[in-house]
Formats: sequence, structure tokens, C-alpha cells
Amino acid sequence: MNKFIKRIEHRFSTSRLFLFISKTPNRIAVSSSILAILAGLWVGFLIMLFFNPLQSVEGFFLIIGGWLLRADILRDIGRWLYTTGPLLMTGLSVGFAFKTGLFNIGATGQYTLGMFVAIWIGFYSGFLGPFHWLIAVFGGMVAGALLGLLNGFLKAKFNVHEVITSIMLNYIVMYFVNSSIKQNPIMFDFERGTTRTILETAFLPTFGLRTLFVGSPIDIGIVIAILVAILTWFILYKTTFGFELQATGLNRFAAKYSGINENRSIMLSMMIAGALAGLGGTLYFLSSGARNIGTFYEPADALIATGFEGIAVALLGMSNPIGIIFSSIFITFIQRGGQYMQGIGIKIEIIEVIIAAILYASAISLIFKEYINRVKLNRQKKKVEDK
Amino acid sequence: MKKEFEHPLIEMVGITKKFPGIIANDNIFLSLRKGEIHALLGENGAGKSTLMSVLFGLYQAEAGLIKKNGQVVSIQNPNDANKLGIGMVHQHFKLVEVFTVLDNIILGSEPLKGGVINRKQAKLDLQKLSSAYGLSVDLDARIEDITVGMQQRVEILKMLYRKNEILIFDEPTAVLTPQEIEELMQIMRNLIKENKSILFITHKLQEIMAVSDRVTVLRKGKFIGTVETKNTSIPELSKMMVGRDVEFSIQKETVKPGKIVLKVNQLSISSSRGKKLSLDNISFDVKEGEIVGIAGIEGNGQSELAYCISGLMKQDTGVIQLLGQPINALSIRQRTELGIAHIPEDRHKYGLILDFPLSYNLALKKYHKAPYSHSGFIDFKYVDQRATTLIENFDVRTSMGSKTDTRSMSGGNQQKAIIARELDLNTPFLLSVQLTRGLDVGAIEYIHERLLKQRELKKAILLISLELDEIMKLSDRILVIYEGKIVKELDPKQTTNEEIGMYMAGGKTHE
Repeated sequence: MNKFIKRIEHRFSTSRLFLFISKTPNRIAVSSSILAILAGLWVGFLIMLFFNPLQSVEGFFLIIGGWLLRADILRDIGRWLYTTGPLLMTGLSVGFAFKTGLFNIGATGQYTLGMFVAIWIGFYSGFLGPFHWLIAVFGGMVAGALLGLLNGFLKAKFNVHEVITSIMLNYIVMYFVNSSIKQNPIMFDFERGTTRTILETAFLPTFGLRTLFVGSPIDIGIVIAILVAILTWFILYKTTFGFELQATGLNRFAAKYSGINENRSIMLSMMIAGALAGLGGTLYFLSSGARNIGTFYEPADALIATGFEGIAVALLGMSNPIGIIFSSIFITFIQRGGQYMQGIGIKIEIIEVIIAAILYASAISLIFKEYINRVKLNRQKKKVEDK
Repeated sequence: MKKEFEHPLIEMVGITKKFPGIIANDNIFLSLRKGEIHALLGENGAGKSTLMSVLFGLYQAEAGLIKKNGQVVSIQNPNDANKLGIGMVHQHFKLVEVFTVLDNIILGSEPLKGGVINRKQAKLDLQKLSSAYGLSVDLDARIEDITVGMQQRVEILKMLYRKNEILIFDEPTAVLTPQEIEELMQIMRNLIKENKSILFITHKLQEIMAVSDRVTVLRKGKFIGTVETKNTSIPELSKMMVGRDVEFSIQKETVKPGKIVLKVNQLSISSSRGKKLSLDNISFDVKEGEIVGIAGIEGNGQSELAYCISGLMKQDTGVIQLLGQPINALSIRQRTELGIAHIPEDRHKYGLILDFPLSYNLALKKYHKAPYSHSGFIDFKYVDQRATTLIENFDVRTSMGSKTDTRSMSGGNQQKAIIARELDLNTPFLLSVQLTRGLDVGAIEYIHERLLKQRELKKAILLISLELDEIMKLSDRILVIYEGKIVKELDPKQTTNEEIGMYMAGGKTHE
């Protein structure tokens, strides 16, 4: 039996590759995320091999970075970073809630409501002048925060599980937003079936980023997102407030015992998570778009995927705000590659499959961690025996 | 004499079982003869449970053999163990609370008649069994309604119903009153008469002397020896178990109790289920320099009393006063700051955040105040320094000092960390619940000394414990709690374990 296990361990020699970076527990966490990514990419490659055997190698090459060699590199990097901001926010939202022991599956609803309030301000509050975009961003955050707070309140006061309430709210918000937009001719363009362009004063500033990334929709959204992530990290790991949230997340009873108001922690945590997701929706839809015509929302009877992709991003980033910066950059990187992959006839859904596989592998990352630990232990043992 | 030539019923030869970082069993030998009560003695963490888990098929040993009647057998899982006639009563009973006694016993080996469970047949069989062994149970009662002692008898019947020949008892007396323990011993003797064989895991020496035929002693995963009970003594066994001579008595300074610190007046709280009150009109006080012990069987309101005082639970009626000030309306934190330190009953559920490093756990009650933090920002350098000091002062053994992963620490050291944190609060009142549950002799000695030192410092201490010996040893006054009522106050110098046990079981209340 032991021999059999040893043989299997030899087979999976990829883990040996990562032994050198797994000297400390923290590094084990990172290397298990990398293993999850490799597993996801491997699954994606197998599927391509099955459906598009001829293009599979090229497709895989495009996903893992080949797309950078194509066409207009700066424009594409700009597009990539533009999509990173919102996903970073939903990832942060989910990850922040995870840290407090809560599962914010409602990020998509908070994202949608944040978007709605932001563009509503974008259409109607032109009188705000140079503060217009700031107020719109703020409004979107507040909307998301209130929605999150509602879930947190129900959890803290009535012990209703946040997953149940957030899933319900996701649909309520989505249909509310869609019908509000469709009924409003100022916001909705019936011919195109999308929202119209918001007032120019509500566009996020670009601070000259577009002169660097010519032809891309990039603006300060990505900068805001990264700054917020760093701030979140600081709050979680350096303040008494973050200490309380983490304590509540790791052991609700011990938190209560030590005098922490755990209900308050739960409500505040959900509120902040909601604000982060709301900010995500704001960043995406307050963009002036590539050709200064705006980014449009198309009311469809489906939840916006960015909220759910945030779960994968959070898991991959081990719920650590800094980790989430990297994981969201990575996920949007392969998504961008997916756009190019379409060009050679491979279905873009492959990217979703890869992300799902990564999500799956991250969720079972404990097994990866255990595995790395065991390989390490065996190595040490072998060393001792050899001596 | 005949026995000498027979193979032992069960033989465990050179069993070795390793876990990452620790050798739980290192070359252990054990032989169980037919018809004997064989005690397995050792401190917590000595490897008793691991060894029994190997025998019961829950773990696989890395080295060693198990033989039954001289034949090597392979036990891969509990089903294999069952087939070999090995049954186990776990320390925490494995019973379905809302099922009846009957259903619990037949669960998994239900007698069928035309595809339907034949309860009538089962009932007849069980009535025969229970009268044969003197195991009185109410087959139609639900588990949640019967006493712990009866639940244990249900577990024993479960083994007998499955026709097990080898019965393993894992710390069976931990939850019983002295009287129930006596009954259990009688049951064990009856079982032996019917040719069953018993493996009896314990760390209580008196029980071994009273009931066992032979004793195998383990210490820190190593096999120390097997002795005939009639040829040994309590001091000898305890030396084998601990590895040195053990001080059984404890020096207590005389301290004159001062003014009242904690006053509990007519405290009542209703139970979460049923009409009975969890606490029924309880009144008592604790003075400076005094240890008041609350004795009782588990589940008679001790936990609720502790929760009410600490603020984890709100009482229905009554007043709790600390230093003359009513604290009913105060939050947990306010109570801590007014002067309550609390060593909680369940150190994993309440006392510690296992996934925090040790230094955070040591700061758990003070992190929000200077010098631990300044205007909302934690000073991690100070947190670390303070933790290092406490670790030293309280002799907490760690692998990486203040950065140690709390989960990786032994129970004794976790408990020492909690005690360090709580005593560092330097409060006039100390609420101490199950102070030494599951700890080894060395740690218990150390913790008892620390507690007595607090008494000398004129602290008021409420000691809630299920260990009667602990209560007797440390308390200045003993209050016995039964079904949520304080039924008797006793002076430890003028009472006996038997007398307390009587009150704990609800006897003598109607005098």
C-alpha cells in the first residue's frame, strides 16, 4: 500500500516543482493556489483537446499569455486592467466576508444595485459638476453597503443564513433594476436595448492613462480598486476592528466570550462587503468606454457573472486582500486570452470552464496543502534514512 | 494454572502508530486473557485511546500485530472489529438523542421479519439480556430523557446485543456519580462471570484497584509494563504512570475570608427545552480569599450558572452583584472591566481562537486598550512582548514562542495560556469552570498551585468542577448543585466523597 502511494507521488512530480517555495505555511498557501491554477488550466486544455484537437495547442498558448504577442499590445493591456478593477472589488467583497466567517454570495446583487445607483446619479445629477463622478461612486458604494447590511442584520438578529437571504436578494435586485431601467426613457435606449450614455461629468477620470494605453477603456478604476484592496488589508490586519472581525470569523463563540459584540461584527462585515461589491459595479459602468461613448448595461434576465467570479477570485487569493489583487489580475488575464481564442474558432466558454475548475481546485486546496506537507515530510524522512 | 497454556484472547504485539511530529504508540504490548478485567492506565496523551483505536480498526498501525486466540488478524475498520467480537463504549456516547433506547440498540443490526423491523423480537431479546447482566434500562424511553448512567448501560447493551466478547470501556466513569461508578463496577463483575473480557481505559487509580485483574501502564506513548493488580499499590502505579513520585495532598495556607465580592441572589433561568428550570432560585456569595466549589453531575445547571455570571447568557430573574454593583445589564466586556476573569468550561469553543497565533489569544481580552492598541491600531510589537512574558511566567510550553499556532499546542498548555491571560487581568473575582478537564497530573498540580496563590492574594474564586477530588482539595466551602438548585452547603474538612455524592445524585434533599 505504501509503495503504491509512493509511486503515485512520483507521478505527480509537479508538486516537486513547488517544494522550493513551500518552506513556510504561508508559502504553502501560495503554492496550493498555483497548483489549483495548474489543475484548472490542465482541465481546460483537455477539453480543448477533445473539441478542437487541431487548435488546442495554439488556444492554450493564447490563454497563458500568447495573446500579448498579438495585435495592439498596449490597447489590450488597457482592456485587461479595466476589467480587473470590478472583479477585484467583488473578489474583495467575498474574501472580506470569508474572513468574518460569512459567505457573501450576494456580491452580484450588491454589484448590480451599486451600478444602478451610480448610473442613476450619472444621468440625473449633472448639477454636481466636478464632484459628479465622486458622488456617483459614493452612491453606488452606499447602495451596496445597505444591501449587505440587510443580509448582515437578518443573520445577526434572526439567525437567517446569509446565503439564503443573499440569493433571494440577488434576484429581487436584478429584476428591480432591470424593470426600473426599462421603464425610464432617459436611462434606456429602446432601439439598442441597452442603457444610454451617462453624463460626461460622471465618467471616472482617466488621468492620462489612455494616452499610454491608447484605444482602451482604462481609467482610474483599477487604481481605485488596488488602493481599496490595500486599505482593506490594512484594516483587517492592523486595526482592532479587523482583529475583531477575524476573531468573529474564526470562532464566533470565543469572540463573544472575550467581549466582542459579534452581532455588530457580522453586520459591519456584511456592510463593508456590500460596499466593496457596490463599488465594483460603479467602477465598471461609470467608464467612458473606449471611444468615449460610454459603457452600457444590457438589462437581461440573468445575474451579472462578475459577482460569482468574485468567489473564485477570493478563494484563489486565499481571502487575503493582497492575494486577491493578484488573483483578479490573473483571472482577467486568461479571460482576455479567451477573447483571442475565439478568433481561432474555440468557444469562449472554455475560459469559464477553466475558472470553474480553478474554483473547484481552490475549494479543495486543503487537500493540496496536506499533500505538499506529506511530500515534504517524506523527503525529510528519506534524508534521515539516507544518512 | 490452566490459563498459562492457553493463548491470550487478544494480543497486541509491538504496536507502533505515528502521527506527524509525534509517536503516539511506540512498540506497545498488550494481552487480554479471557474473562479478565484488564485496565489500561496512563495520563492524557499517553496513547491509550490511540491503542484502542488501533484495536477497534479506527487507525492502522505502522508496525506490530494483533492476534486473536493466537491467530494474526487484520482489523481495517470497526466492522472488522465487530466481526471479531470487539465492542467499544466511547467516552462520548454515540447515541441518537431523539430515538428510543430500543431503536438505538438495534440500530445497524435490526432484526427483520418480512423486510420490516421486528421490534417485538428485539424487545424480548433485550429484556433477557438486561436481566441476565443486571442492566436495568427503560427500552421505550428516549435517550434525551434518561440519565447519563442509563445511557451508558444502553451502550453496554448495544455491545452485548451484537454478541461482542471483548468489551472496551473508554474512561467510563468520567461522567458518573460515586454511586453510579459503584454500580458500573458491579456490572463489570457480572460481565466477567458470563465469560466476557473487558479492557478498561482510565487514569483513576482507585477504580483500577477496585475492579481490575491486571494493569498495563503507558507513558508518553511508551509501554511501561503490565502488572497484576493484587501485587501492586496506588503509589507504585502512579509512579509508573507519571514517571516520578506524585504529591497527593496539597499545602493550603489559612486565609481569612474578607468582604463579599460576588453575590448571587435568587437567580433563575428557564431551560431551552422542557418546563424544568436550568437554574432554580440560586443564592450564594463568594468572599475575598475564598474558594467556593460547586459540585455536581454534568448538566445540573453548572454551565448555565457560569454563563449567567460571565454574561454569555441572560438570566430570567434574580440579581448578580459584583463588589456591590448589580451587573445584570452589563455586557461581557463591561463585566470583565469591572472585575471578572473567566476560565471557561470549553477551552476550544470559548477560551481560544485556535487558528490565531498564541500571542493574539493572550491579547484577546485586552487588545482594545492601551498599551495593546492606540486609537484603533494594534501595537503588534507590544502584543508579542507581553505574550512572551506571560509564556515564561506561566511555563507555557510552545514550539515557536508567541508565534506558535494555538491549535498545535497540547491541551495542558492551551489551558495554561488561558489561565495566564485571565490571571493577567488581575481581577478581584475569578470564575473557573472545569479548570483541569483532560489535563495530565503534572499540569493539574501546577494549575492548582496557581489557583491557591490567587486565593492567598485575596481573590474571590468560584470553582465549578465535575472532578469531586478537585473540589474537595481546593475549596473552602462546597455547594452541591442538583437539577438547578443548590441542595447543600458542606465543609470539605467535615464531609466525605460519599456524602457529597449522595447530594449530587439528588438523595437526602427531603430531609
